[in-house]
Amino acid sequence: MTRVIKYIFYDILRTRFILLYTVFLLVSTFAMFQLDSDTGKVVLSLLNIILIVVPLISVVFTTIHFYNSYEFIELMLAQPVNRSVIFLGEYLSVAISLCSACLVGIGVPALLFGADERAITLLFTGVTLTLVFVSLAFLASVLTRDKAKAIGIALLFWFYFSLIYDGLLLWVVFSFSDYPLEKVTLALIALNPVDLARIIMLLKLDIAALMGYTGAFYKDFFGSHAGIIFSTSILVIWIIVPLMAASRIFSKKDL
Amino acid sequence: MNAILLSVLLSAAPLVLLSKTIVVSRDGEVNSLKKAISIAAPGDTLLVKPGIYREGNLLVNKSIVILGEGLPVLDGENKYEILTINANDVTISGLKFIDTGTASITDIAAISVSDAKGIKIIGNTFQDTFFGIHFSNTTQSLIESNQLESDATAEQEIGNGIHLWKCENITINNNVIKGHRDGIYFEFATHCLITNNRSERNLRYGLHFMFSHNDEYRNNFFVDNGAGVSVMYTKGVKMINNTFKHNWGSSSYGLLLKEISDSFVTGNRFLENSIGIYMEGSSRIELTDNLFYRNGYAVKLQASCDGNTFTHNNFSSNTFDIATNGNLVLNTINSNYWDRYEGYDLNKDNIGDIPYRPVSMYSMVVERMPTAVLLWRSFLVFLMDRAEKAIPVLTPENLKDESPSIKPYDLI
Repeated sequence: MTRVIKYIFYDILRTRFILLYTVFLLVSTFAMFQLDSDTGKVVLSLLNIILIVVPLISVVFTTIHFYNSYEFIELMLAQPVNRSVIFLGEYLSVAISLCSACLVGIGVPALLFGADERAITLLFTGVTLTLVFVSLAFLASVLTRDKAKAIGIALLFWFYFSLIYDGLLLWVVFSFSDYPLEKVTLALIALNPVDLARIIMLLKLDIAALMGYTGAFYKDFFGSHAGIIFSTSILVIWIIVPLMAASRIFSKKDL
Repeated sequence: MNAILLSVLLSAAPLVLLSKTIVVSRDGEVNSLKKAISIAAPGDTLLVKPGIYREGNLLVNKSIVILGEGLPVLDGENKYEILTINANDVTISGLKFIDTGTASITDIAAISVSDAKGIKIIGNTFQDTFFGIHFSNTTQSLIESNQLESDATAEQEIGNGIHLWKCENITINNNVIKGHRDGIYFEFATHCLITNNRSERNLRYGLHFMFSHNDEYRNNFFVDNGAGVSVMYTKGVKMINNTFKHNWGSSSYGLLLKEISDSFVTGNRFLENSIGIYMEGSSRIELTDNLFYRNGYAVKLQASCDGNTFTHNNFSSNTFDIATNGNLVLNTINSNYWDRYEGYDLNKDNIGDIPYRPVSMYSMVVERMPTAVLLWRSFLVFLMDRAEKAIPVLTPENLKDESPSIKPYDLI
C-alpha cells in the first residue's frame, strides 16, 4: 500500500499542479495578511477562499487526476493487488497532497502572522472540506467512464453544495418563517458539509450578530461538547460515506 | 482612602471649627451610631471606628458628617434599610454597607435620601445591598468614588445600584457598580452629570434613563450588561466619550435611544455589541466621532427616526453597518468612514467619489426572518448582496453616504 501511495504521490508532484495550488494559497494568504492588520478580517476573507475555491479545486483536480491515471490503475489491477488497496492508495495520496497544500498555503502565513483560535478553526475546516470533496469527486469519477461527464458530475456536487442547497434552505426559511425552525435548520445544515463548516466559522467570527434567539441556540449547541462531537462526526460521515460508496462501486466495476 | 477623608475633612473645616467630633467605637463611650446621632448637633462629625454595627434602620435627620475610619461595617442583617437621610448637608464617607433587606413593594436601600440637598456620599463600599444609593426629590448633591457590588441572578431579587428619582443637579463621579438590576437609574433627574463611572454585569441596564432632560454623561464604561444602556423619553442629553462594550443578546443594545430628541452622541466607542445603537422615534440627534467596531449591527435606525445626523464616525469590522425597517429615510448620513467602502477617489481629497450604501440587502432579509442569519457569509448571500448593490430593490435608495471618507478618522 505504501509503495502504491509513493508512486501516485510522485506522479502528482510531477504534474506541478499541487505546487501551483500551494503557491496560489500562500501568495493570496500573505497578501491578505499584509493588506489588513485586523486578523478577524483576514480570516473572513480567507473563509471565502476556503468555502468556494478549496472545494472547487479539490473536486476538479481529483477527477482529472483519476482519469489521467486510468492507465496506471489498469496496469496495477493486472498485478495481484487488491482493488480496494489501489483505490485507497489513490484516495490517500490525492487527499494528503491537497490537504498539505492547504495546510502549507494557509497555515504557514497564519502562523507567521500570529495564529489565533479562529485561524486554527479555519485550517480545520479547510482540511475537512478538502477531504469531503475529494471523496465526492472519487464517487463522481467511478460513477461514469466518460471523463467530461465525471467532471460535470463533480462540478455539480460543488455547485449544489455551495449554491443550490443554500437557495433551497433560504426558501424553506422563507416559507416556514412563522414556525420555530431552529432544530429543523440544524438538521438541514448537517446535510451540507459546506454549510456546516461555514456555521462553525460564523460562530467564531460573527458571534455578536448571531446573538439573536437563533444564534444563541446555535452557539449553545455548537459550543457544547456534544455539539463539537456532533459537527465533527457529521463531517467525518461526509468523508467516509461517499468514499465507501465509491470504493464499493470501484471494486465491482468493469473497467 | 486617606486622601478622600482628608479632602472631606478640609471641605468641612469651617464647620469643624464650630462643631465637635463624636467618636463612635464598639468599646468606647459612644458605642452605637444611634446614640451618636441622637446626641449630635447639626454640623457635628461622627468618626466611626472599625467594627461591625448592627443597628437596624438609622434615621439621620440633622446635618451631620459620618466618617468611617478603617471601613467600619454597617450590617442590615438582610432585614433593614440601613441609613435613611432626611436632612440637608449630610456627608457619608468611608463606610461599608452590607446585606440590606429586600422587598417587592418598598425600595429598601443602603442609603436612602429624600427631600434633601447638599448630600455627599463619598468613598463607601456596598455589598449585597438591594438598592445601593436611593435619592428621591434631592438636589445639589454628589455621589463619588463608591463601590457597589451584588450578585443577584434574577431581576426581581435586586434593586438598582444608584437610583435617582425626581432629582436635580446631582453629580455621579467615579463609581463602580456591578451585579445590580440597573447600574444607574434616572427617572425625572435633570441637569445631572455622570462621569467616569464603570457599570458592569448588571442584570438589566448599565444605565437606565427616563424623562431626565439636560443631563450629561462622559467617560463612563458600560460593559457586559444584560441589555446595555437605555435612554428614553428625554431631550437634551449629551453622551460624550463613553465606552459601550460587549452587551450581547437578542434584545441587547450598546445604546438604546427611544424617543430622544435634540441630543448629542459624540466620541463614544461601541465595541462588540449585538446592536451598537438602536434608535427608535428619535429626532435631531447629532452622532459624531463615534467608533463602531465589531458589532453585530453597528446602528439599527428605525424608520420612525427623523432629522438625525451621522458624521465623522468610523464603522469597522461590523457584521452589518446600518439596518433599517422601512424605505423612508429622514436622516442624514454623511462623511463617515466605512471599512466596506469599495469606491475610488480620483482627485485624492480623501473623499470617495461614489456614494456608499451602508444597508446590506441581507440585513433587510434578516430583519424580517431572524432565522435567515444562518446563511450569512454564504456564496448565495454574497451574490444576492452584489445584485442588490447594482440595482437596489429592497434597500432604501436614499439611505447613503454621499461623501464617505477613504481613511478612518483619528478617534480616541
